[in-house]
Amino acid sequence: MFGYAGRITRVDLSSGKVRHEPLREDFGKTYIGGIGLGMRLLLDNSKPGIDPFSPENPLILATGPFSGTMAPTAGNGHAFVTKSPQSFGVAEAKSHGFFGGEMKRAGYDAVIFEGRAEKPTYVWIDDDSIQLMDAQHLWGKSPQETEETIRDDLGDIYVRVASIGEAGEKLVRLAAILNDKSRACGRCGVGAVMGSKNLKAIAFRGSRDVQVAKIDEFMEFVKMIHERMKGPAARKYRTLGTPENVLVLNSLGALPTRNFTNATFEGADRVSGEYLNERFVSKIIGCLSCAMRCEHIAVVPEGEYKGTVSRLEYESLWALGINCGIDRLDAIIKAMDVCNYYGIDSISAGGVVGFAMDCYEHGILTDKDTGGMDLSFGNHNAVLDTLKMMSTREGLGDILAEGVKIAAEKIGNGAENYANHIKGVEMTGYDIRSLKTAALGYAVSFRGADHNRHGSYSPDVAGKVNRFKYEKGRAKIVMDTEDLYTVIDSLIVCKFSRGTYYEGFKDLAKYYTLVTGIEMTPEELRLAGERINNVGRLYNVREGLSRKDDSLPVKVMTVPIPDETVSKGSHVTQAELDLMLDDYYATRGWTKEGVPTTEKLRQLQLDDLTYIVKPEKRE
Amino acid sequence: MAAVSKSKWKLVYADPEKCVGCAVCEFACSKDNEKAFNPMKSRIRVVRMHPLVNLSVTCRLCDPAPCVLACPRDALEQSEQTGVILVDDDKCDGCGWCIEACDYGAVVLHPELRKVRICDLCDGDPECVKWCPEECLDFVTKDAIAQKQRVGIVQKMFKEALKMVPL
Repeated sequence: MFGYAGRITRVDLSSGKVRHEPLREDFGKTYIGGIGLGMRLLLDNSKPGIDPFSPENPLILATGPFSGTMAPTAGNGHAFVTKSPQSFGVAEAKSHGFFGGEMKRAGYDAVIFEGRAEKPTYVWIDDDSIQLMDAQHLWGKSPQETEETIRDDLGDIYVRVASIGEAGEKLVRLAAILNDKSRACGRCGVGAVMGSKNLKAIAFRGSRDVQVAKIDEFMEFVKMIHERMKGPAARKYRTLGTPENVLVLNSLGALPTRNFTNATFEGADRVSGEYLNERFVSKIIGCLSCAMRCEHIAVVPEGEYKGTVSRLEYESLWALGINCGIDRLDAIIKAMDVCNYYGIDSISAGGVVGFAMDCYEHGILTDKDTGGMDLSFGNHNAVLDTLKMMSTREGLGDILAEGVKIAAEKIGNGAENYANHIKGVEMTGYDIRSLKTAALGYAVSFRGADHNRHGSYSPDVAGKVNRFKYEKGRAKIVMDTEDLYTVIDSLIVCKFSRGTYYEGFKDLAKYYTLVTGIEMTPEELRLAGERINNVGRLYNVREGLSRKDDSLPVKVMTVPIPDETVSKGSHVTQAELDLMLDDYYATRGWTKEGVPTTEKLRQLQLDDLTYIVKPEKRE
Repeated sequence: MAAVSKSKWKLVYADPEKCVGCAVCEFACSKDNEKAFNPMKSRIRVVRMHPLVNLSVTCRLCDPAPCVLACPRDALEQSEQTGVILVDDDKCDGCGWCIEACDYGAVVLHPELRKVRICDLCDGDPECVKWCPEECLDFVTKDAIAQKQRVGIVQKMFKEALKMVPL
């Protein structure tokens, strides 16, 4: 096969048994790879209603068809898919770096980790050889130390590793899986599921050739993308990087500050992308096969955190900084480093700390709960201490490790009013009270609160629509970007490169055909995107999620933006949310309850999954 | 052919300030030489030790070349024209003495053929240099590298003065 490895492998961690099977021929074109293939495999390989931490919950690792090729940003991708311990629906997270290319060269489209190892284990995959290795000496180590130790043990600097830190071992629900030291499959708690399997790390070494179907045309296409990556489509990522958003969102009154208490930040200038690049960024590097370079490596030059080195993107900067009222970039870079060290999702982690600070400010958490720690907004020492306590489940950290939704239930006393989450997954850095196309995208995202499932903040931020008012018809904008984004995440092309595919599905369909040799029209690819969105939804429906879960955080719906700014007074009412959902479900061809109809599923060639929606006769 | 001065030999040079470790050079090399994507078959290899420490490494055109001297089977020969190391596949048995002799790790063992492979500069038009998105790779003489270094150090020493003097 071209592009694909043609093989799916099951590793039963309980018994140590390994089974290989060929990739079903139709699965390539139908589910593409990455999260599309992963979510279909999840549906087919798990029973409904299982606990995310039970051995029955499979952890699925998938590459995309481009992984291992020279395709810029795509030659390096991988994705994890499983049942989320945060949303109890589908969890999916992608990462780039070097790991995905190595996995493809070892010869795998997907590896399904089943069961639970008796003791700490890592899986070492060297081409066809798969070994379960003792990981007791790695337990408690950071992902960075784990990676180094495995490379030393195996004596090969080109071994690529994905691993969890202490947070994953301790089933912290926002634990991530890190690869290549600082890249992460961050969201939805995939690292906690890995920890529940006693699986510390997965190490790959691959020596096979990766072949593409039409090599000369492919190289021409790659050359074209290289050129486009030097142009305006990638300018933001090559220059200031995503932290450019700080001042943009601040000026729009859409920068969630202090756990969505405000929508502007008085310290924005001191945490801006401009300031970060001027004072801290020491080099901009890139992943395997990439021609774009986005990874801004920040080094703290002086002060108490001198010498701390970390990549810092807008979302992490926002969550660990602005969302906690922190206006010191050195402390934010340190906080990012702490998240990587323990292996937690920096977005959710900042969300949890901001939540705890908000509870403290409102007397719901007291000095007694915090052990005397001053959890006021703006206290950067408290942020660092709380991250550590949460990752190691010490003191108050044990409750916070459950994520804001479950923590709020445990804390009680109105704490849920400060828990900014959707489907149990913490909010990301857009104040959707004044970005109402985005609000719909967030509400219906199948992996919970996220800007990366739909990108529908874009028309709001760019001023293409009236962002303060939801108007019927916007659901089409949300659906179209969702369908494109699921294709991007199934090919595992980096989203930062999305602007370089000038013609969207047309470019991507051609790219796919050049790599795989499988004919694909732009419309077929769009349909695949729609299909994959429906598969994500179907998994959630199967697990009992419905319209009521397509909700927004309490603050977004009840606390109008108080700041003296353009967005003052804006929030989303229940009537507006209802209008959004009705519009969206109708546009998707789903029922009023948000369930795909059998007719829609047949249209998407998902006839074999109609059993999920049929018993309830929802048509 | 008339002998070419060794000072005219050009090699693939990676600028440590610019290299980001993306390995596009490895892809370009293995595609051109092997019609497949496989870094193990690339004659140029990337080492990433730290986010800030990345470098592509390939043949330095040493003279005399330790790899040539080390080969017990006389399978390696250095071109007087270009300085590249030519491998005679009929003689090479993959013993790896040349790999040990090379200080730069620039000799690779082809994983299937078990013959060594060394950068041949793509007949004077290296693919890796053409593809490097960072323009970090250059195809230059050692003298050009020295000039670049010299200019760099003078710029550094006269950093303040250069701000005032229009050049």
